[in-house]
Amino acid sequence: MTGDDTKHLPLEDIHMAAGARFGAFAGWSMPLTYPAGVMKEHLHTREQAGLFDISHMKLFEVSGPEAAALLNRACPLDAGGLEISQSKLSFFLNEAGGILDDLIVTRLGDARFMVVANAGNAVADEKHLRALAADFDARIEPLDRVFLAIQGPEAWAALSRAGIETGSLLFMHGVEPRKNWFMSRSGYTGEDGFEIGLPEADARDLVAKLLGDERALWIGLAARDSLRLEAGLCLHGQDITPETDPASAALMWAIPKDIRASGTFIGADALRAAVERGPAQKRVGLKPEGRQPVRGGAALFDADGNSAGHVTSGGFGPSAGHPVAMGYVSTPLAKPGIRVFADVRGTRIPVDISSLPFTPHRYRKG
Amino acid sequence: MATTYFTSDHEWLRVEGGIATVGITDYAQEQLGDLVFVELPETGKKLTKGDTAVVVESVKAASDVYAPVDGEITEANGTLSSDPSLVNSAATGAGWLWKMKLADESQLAGLMDEAAYKAHIG
Repeated sequence: MTGDDTKHLPLEDIHMAAGARFGAFAGWSMPLTYPAGVMKEHLHTREQAGLFDISHMKLFEVSGPEAAALLNRACPLDAGGLEISQSKLSFFLNEAGGILDDLIVTRLGDARFMVVANAGNAVADEKHLRALAADFDARIEPLDRVFLAIQGPEAWAALSRAGIETGSLLFMHGVEPRKNWFMSRSGYTGEDGFEIGLPEADARDLVAKLLGDERALWIGLAARDSLRLEAGLCLHGQDITPETDPASAALMWAIPKDIRASGTFIGADALRAAVERGPAQKRVGLKPEGRQPVRGGAALFDADGNSAGHVTSGGFGPSAGHPVAMGYVSTPLAKPGIRVFADVRGTRIPVDISSLPFTPHRYRKG
Repeated sequence: MATTYFTSDHEWLRVEGGIATVGITDYAQEQLGDLVFVELPETGKKLTKGDTAVVVESVKAASDVYAPVDGEITEANGTLSSDPSLVNSAATGAGWLWKMKLADESQLAGLMDEAAYKAHIG
């Protein structure tokens, strides 16, 4: 049952007709599974094409003569150094270097950028960005869009049959193929795929075309979570939070070297100090022995029973064929192959530190 | 002749000769989604009504299955260790969870029959 404040997807009627089971996520009533079930939905995405309604996520257009300067202040990013259509994973950090949100920033034009933010942080993100924008000649426009993801090896072919050619678009690039559309080759599954923000009427038309293709199937939030976990991708609020910085989260690769050294983004000093000190804990992949899943929140111990860290996300990996998890362990233990133990209802389950991802990424990089 | 009872926690019990075979209902397995692990109880374990007897784990979450009555575990369905999906495909048959010797058969009077359970899940 949903309360009055729960937000509903513009295409909710389509999901209901598709037999979706709904649940609450980040203030939204979201399709968790469809009749195929999480296991089949997950595997279908890796084998063919999964269609996701991610309209709970928010698109912001940031434009104006100082749009790049504003983003460079808000994020550890060289926004002006991005090529037109290039996308980059970045963050809003607090003064302590903690991650307020992770975002994808795409350069649309000389002085125009698209920012894609997480559902649960969208309101805070907008407030944060608007407060910063007071010092810059830049405009922030939240866009009213349906946001769809189509992911999997057949995603491009299903889009092509639906009349959308993606041929020249490479991973982590985004364009505006039609009026009020934003399409990027990116996603949250580890597969080749696309995210498309578009007006509701266009979305209804596109969905009808895509679902007419037997390769495309609706995929719920449950499989979205197992797909991203296998792919080693972080969920903000679980794997990265305002209490974790990019160094401990093993996400420094997202910050260009010169920005690390001399960027003037919020949290720069704290992050530089954290890098200098070296993080006490690091985010790692965790592979539980056997079949029993180890879930977020489980405490980790070393072989001598000393506290070693904790699990932030965990479940079963349908493609991996075994339980998969990620979490934080003290830095000396953060090496693939080291064995720790997770406390699951009083039983210590052996868990091996594992490199991420659990299933290889299959992005189309060129 | 076995009699089948149901609980408001979506379990079924098939009782014959003082032994109850316990599982979750088809409605419950549908709600849980694809199961990937079942933590089974040890034979001989004594349970009081409301104790966690089994933990069933789906891709996404772990859920407790409670003892619907007092009793002692006489057998756990070991097949589920290698094939937990039996609970999805045959919840009221091959996907049974455990068998228990009833400590107090009068507790059965507080459970539902199939018609009452169907009304309960609407």
